[in-house]
Amino acid sequence: MTFPATTVEIAQVVASGERSAQEVVRECLDRIEATDGALSAFLSCDRDRALSCARNIDAGRAKGDKLGPLAGVPVAVKDNICTTFGVTTCGSRILDPFHSRYDAHVIERLEGAGAIIVGKTNLDEFAMGSSTEHGASGSTHNPWDPARVAGGSSGGSAAAVAARMVPAALGTDTGGSVRQPAAFCGVVGLKPTYGRVSRYGLVAFGSSLDQIGPIASDVRDVALLLNVIAGHDARDSTSVDAPVPDYVAKLSQPLDGVRIGVSDRYFGEGLDGQVRDAVWAAIDLMHREGAEIVPIDLPHMKYAVACYYIIAPAEASSNLARFDGVHYGFRTGEPKDIIDLYVSTRGQAFGPEVKRRIMLGTYVLSSGYYDAYYLKALKVRTLIKRDFDRAFESVDVIASPVTPTTAFRLGEKTDDPLAMYLEDIYTISANLAGICAISLPCGLDRQGLPIGLQLTGPAFGEERLLSVAHQYQLRTDYHTKRPPATAAA
Amino acid sequence: MASSLDETAVRHVAHLARLDVTDEEVVRFAEQLSSILSYVEQLNEPDTTGIPPTAHALPVTNVFRDDTVRPCWEPDRALHNAPQHQEDFFRVPRVLGQDGT
Repeated sequence: MTFPATTVEIAQVVASGERSAQEVVRECLDRIEATDGALSAFLSCDRDRALSCARNIDAGRAKGDKLGPLAGVPVAVKDNICTTFGVTTCGSRILDPFHSRYDAHVIERLEGAGAIIVGKTNLDEFAMGSSTEHGASGSTHNPWDPARVAGGSSGGSAAAVAARMVPAALGTDTGGSVRQPAAFCGVVGLKPTYGRVSRYGLVAFGSSLDQIGPIASDVRDVALLLNVIAGHDARDSTSVDAPVPDYVAKLSQPLDGVRIGVSDRYFGEGLDGQVRDAVWAAIDLMHREGAEIVPIDLPHMKYAVACYYIIAPAEASSNLARFDGVHYGFRTGEPKDIIDLYVSTRGQAFGPEVKRRIMLGTYVLSSGYYDAYYLKALKVRTLIKRDFDRAFESVDVIASPVTPTTAFRLGEKTDDPLAMYLEDIYTISANLAGICAISLPCGLDRQGLPIGLQLTGPAFGEERLLSVAHQYQLRTDYHTKRPPATAAA
Repeated sequence: MASSLDETAVRHVAHLARLDVTDEEVVRFAEQLSSILSYVEQLNEPDTTGIPPTAHALPVTNVFRDDTVRPCWEPDRALHNAPQHQEDFFRVPRVLGQDGT
């Protein structure tokens, strides 16, 4: 067998003894070394630690220990997730340096399942952005066309999987940050229901919106990762104590009779014709295979971007108040007093997008504007959520595009924040409503760039959502396509 | 809603956010934030009379743990990432004015 392979395949060959975890991890690290110079998907890799973890897996297997479901599988993790090893940067100078004193819940879960964390991936600073161009360490390039963005903010994780540097990665999704880069890079990305995966150890951006989600090359791998990371954790008060089904076992549910909702609201002005056609072709295919297509209306979805760009910056401005030059990370030199210490540290170390959002959030929460902006946005959020509640009374999942276009060029939108925000137009409402959604490849445009299909499910509807996505992949081969540069490797 | 921010307002908000901004940033933020604020004006269109706000989407309100004593972090661990510390404290510049106010 040749690496790269899927998460499921790697776990099988390690479990059977056909390959050692050390061999798998060494090949993975070599591949990162050979490939990542051109893509900058990774911010850090700890080769020695990864190999030593792999040695432990192999030793455990030799002793006859029961192996976890991800034993020997190399996994990359977005660098806003705390690890006690290496550094956690959030792509920001303000956390230079920061060595977490604890591991995030998802890290404990992954390592408990035998996964080997091989590195931390690039992101927009504090996960604020849609292109992975806003990090302190520079931009990640799209493996399908290095002149284009990988999407964001989990662009490093999506690019690493797309270039087959790792079989799986974790990203985080506050307004589409797992799904949009997955779409741009031609891989699968899931935003679980809010509360499904503990946020303990995730550096908070928008606390009512953030959710950690898996990225992999097919739906089965994503389901396996969700099996491992989902579940209750008392250390996150928003973690929901709901049973975790075996998502892999439920993938075989047939498409027959599944009700798929389609709303015109996702197919309006601004949507690229090729993206529209590919998404409709996917809907038609599922219809031919037995799914029922049901027209639905989501009348308030058009307000989602406006609503989000009040709520998310408001939450961000509060969350990022902790970066003050006192407790951790960077501190300005020679401050003249405590206020100057705060003001100068933050002014010097935050990048432009983070500053913009802190400013926006501070403004909408400030005295005299709170009701007009923040409270109003929370009420419109209720309307958006009710639209989905109503829709899910008559459908099981909703099909739509993930993004209005395929991957745009590096630098194309960096000077126009509003244009960048409108990138998230189809993904944001799932975060506002707290529901689950998945992005999966459904075609390539004429330039050879991947197109994403989004399927959205109700809260805690991952089981059905993943099975519909898997059934689609059983009938198509878009998820097996690889970027031209990596196909030969 | 006031859909534009002038440079004075930008400086005021930057002060509230404890964020040093350059003159150039003030000009740029005034323009960009005004453009974003005018985009979000559309939130005035839907009627929200009697609609409760949604701060988060969970059907969960307060979560309580047992009120029991548990070990907490040792000072060394808490201070590990501090840019400056002294004994068991985070070290910061003078908080009160030179004249002791």
